[in-house]
Amino acid sequence: MNAMLDTPQTAANPVIAGKDLVKEFPVRSKGILRRKVGAVHAVSGVNLEIGANETLALVGESGCGKSTTARLMMNLIEPTSGQVLYEGKDLTKLSRAQMRPMRRDIQLVFQDPMASLDPRMTVFEIIAEPLRVHGLFKNGGRDRVNSLIEIVGLNPEHRNRYPHEFSGGQRQRIGIARALALQPRVLMLDEPVSALDVSIQAGVINLLEDLQDELGLSYLFVSHDLSVVRHIADKVAVMYLGKIVEEGTTDQLFAGPAHPYTQALMSAIPLPDPRKERTRERIVLQGDVPSPSNPPSGCRFRTRCPLFKTLSEDQQAKCIDVEPLLRSDHDGLTRAACHYAKKKQLV
Amino acid sequence: MANISVSTSDKGRATGTKGDTVLAVKDLAVGFPTDDGLVNAVRGVSYELRRGQSLGIVGESGSGKSVTSMAIMGLLPKTAQITGSAKLEGEELLGLGDAELSRIRGKKISMIFQDPLTSLNPVYTVGYQLAEAIRTHYSDISKSEARARCIDLLDSVGIPNPQQRVDAYPHELSGGMRQRVVIAIAMANNPDVIIADEPTTALDVTVQAQVLEALEKAREEVNAALILITHDLGVIAGHTDEVLVMYAGRPVEHGSVDEIFYQPRMPYTLGLIGSLPRMDESRDQRLTPIHGTPPSMLNLAPGCPFRARCPMHQDICAEVEPDLLPINGSGHVAACHFSDQLEGKAPDDVFAPVATDLSVEAEVEAMDAEGAAAADEEDK
Repeated sequence: MNAMLDTPQTAANPVIAGKDLVKEFPVRSKGILRRKVGAVHAVSGVNLEIGANETLALVGESGCGKSTTARLMMNLIEPTSGQVLYEGKDLTKLSRAQMRPMRRDIQLVFQDPMASLDPRMTVFEIIAEPLRVHGLFKNGGRDRVNSLIEIVGLNPEHRNRYPHEFSGGQRQRIGIARALALQPRVLMLDEPVSALDVSIQAGVINLLEDLQDELGLSYLFVSHDLSVVRHIADKVAVMYLGKIVEEGTTDQLFAGPAHPYTQALMSAIPLPDPRKERTRERIVLQGDVPSPSNPPSGCRFRTRCPLFKTLSEDQQAKCIDVEPLLRSDHDGLTRAACHYAKKKQLV
Repeated sequence: MANISVSTSDKGRATGTKGDTVLAVKDLAVGFPTDDGLVNAVRGVSYELRRGQSLGIVGESGSGKSVTSMAIMGLLPKTAQITGSAKLEGEELLGLGDAELSRIRGKKISMIFQDPLTSLNPVYTVGYQLAEAIRTHYSDISKSEARARCIDLLDSVGIPNPQQRVDAYPHELSGGMRQRVVIAIAMANNPDVIIADEPTTALDVTVQAQVLEALEKAREEVNAALILITHDLGVIAGHTDEVLVMYAGRPVEHGSVDEIFYQPRMPYTLGLIGSLPRMDESRDQRLTPIHGTPPSMLNLAPGCPFRARCPMHQDICAEVEPDLLPINGSGHVAACHFSDQLEGKAPDDVFAPVATDLSVEAEVEAMDAEGAAAADEEDK
């Protein structure tokens, strides 16, 4: 098994990297004692690397641990084990005071632009707040905020308006401007366009692409929508029940996913093209995602895997007993965590 | 109100009826009185639905796509001002009393809502709620017969172990399973029309595929007509025969699913298609967003409601709101003065693939947010 030695094909110097990240949330008993009776295995051994000017998309269904991974990468929650490396430092080892200046470099954009903006602050104040918090406002902060408003495509004359006076797309632009205020190097985008109407969504996606080109930002783009991901990402990691099941560059992944879960996910996304929709192959998964507090042994996807059902008993035993690792010695171009990975072209 | 409705009566769609019409909506308009004036949420919708046919209704939030269906189902508050007509197998639905509507709702026409957790009652088992749907309309059916029918229904929407699941409470089921139960309830009395309002928006994609499959199967079984309301053009492409595109409370284009996707003749439709990120296209293709926001439905200015966001707009667009005019003999209609200019155009021929356009945004703002601006001044 040379799987362990397999190295991911990424840029030599990642800006930020997560190593063997594990996060378990305790499940406590009822009553006064609140003893720990189990754990939700939200993230189980995730490795990520994002280079400069690069977008890594983290894709998966709700509950697969993608948002938890993004929060771990920001050191907003403490991992059970594992490291987050940024500029050679392990962020998880830093104290709060040491972490504070680092926070300027890593910023977050939330999914719901209404819930993440204070309704009682004007746009100007919202965008100025991070500057004030870090003591940078006195030094030309006013001009910085005005130029940020312009950069994200809003009218600077609207700086004294409140969030409710803006549409969803404009609010998301305000959220992006706030994240950019401290000139970060890494942006964590947690489903930034899922709450927007399609015609608006396209504008925000284009804005994110432009900003990356101009400012050389690194994005961790958390999404459940593979079609958006194909547009914006350079690399994709597909998550299922706390583990990365397949990763590769966007072109490699869409040329032919090798993991049965990625294949099912890709075939489940409807194409806005009636003729292709009528003829394309559809893999419909049965059942639901198992509980992350008691994940299946071996391969976590085996309970829903269409490939598993076609295997012989000996082969199935391997899926049940041996946990598959990410490997590239199959016919596809990606790295897939499946014992019987096989490339399949779907789009 | 009346003159708007009349102007959009559907001229192009009258011919070409195959099978019998189950639902005929004509000049439907809905207004909601508010403190600031009348909000014209729906301004003249007409369509005909034939047995076994599926109609997709697309539009942005606030385009009136849900309100249209709520009006047909009689689910709008009493304050709503509804005009026009909606005939189910020749019987007028609008203006019926609650008792008469209850006789029809759930039997001849049923509805599936977006969030299955709020459409199911948490204190009753799913079997009870399914049986209720049947026993309301057929009071002579025995309890055991109803239960057997419930198990059949749960089985037909693909719920495993229906014998056990029939006694489960909604909270014991996953989101996808709950939505299947809602579909089972909707098809319990073999309705003629099923209205599905964003049936899969709250679900994950792999579950969405399962639920859409269950819905298709259920519909085939009872041969019902389907109205699928969604903002997801991908779902529309795979599950409908005809598409109605709505903008600012009016249909702006109506045609077969192929016509809408391959030969859109209204700039809004074209823009929607261009703004969609597609899984089957690589990254170098830039998206073409539609700039600006939909107009406020309060005191809507005359003329085409899309003109502020339309790169093709000319003087006439500000004066005359275009009717739905036939494109060809097949029943494809579009509401644009310049729809003939859109023949063979790709989205990026018309819309600029840029992130933002301040001038357009400013223009839109100026037009629809005059009131907001005034309020803003006061704040200062």
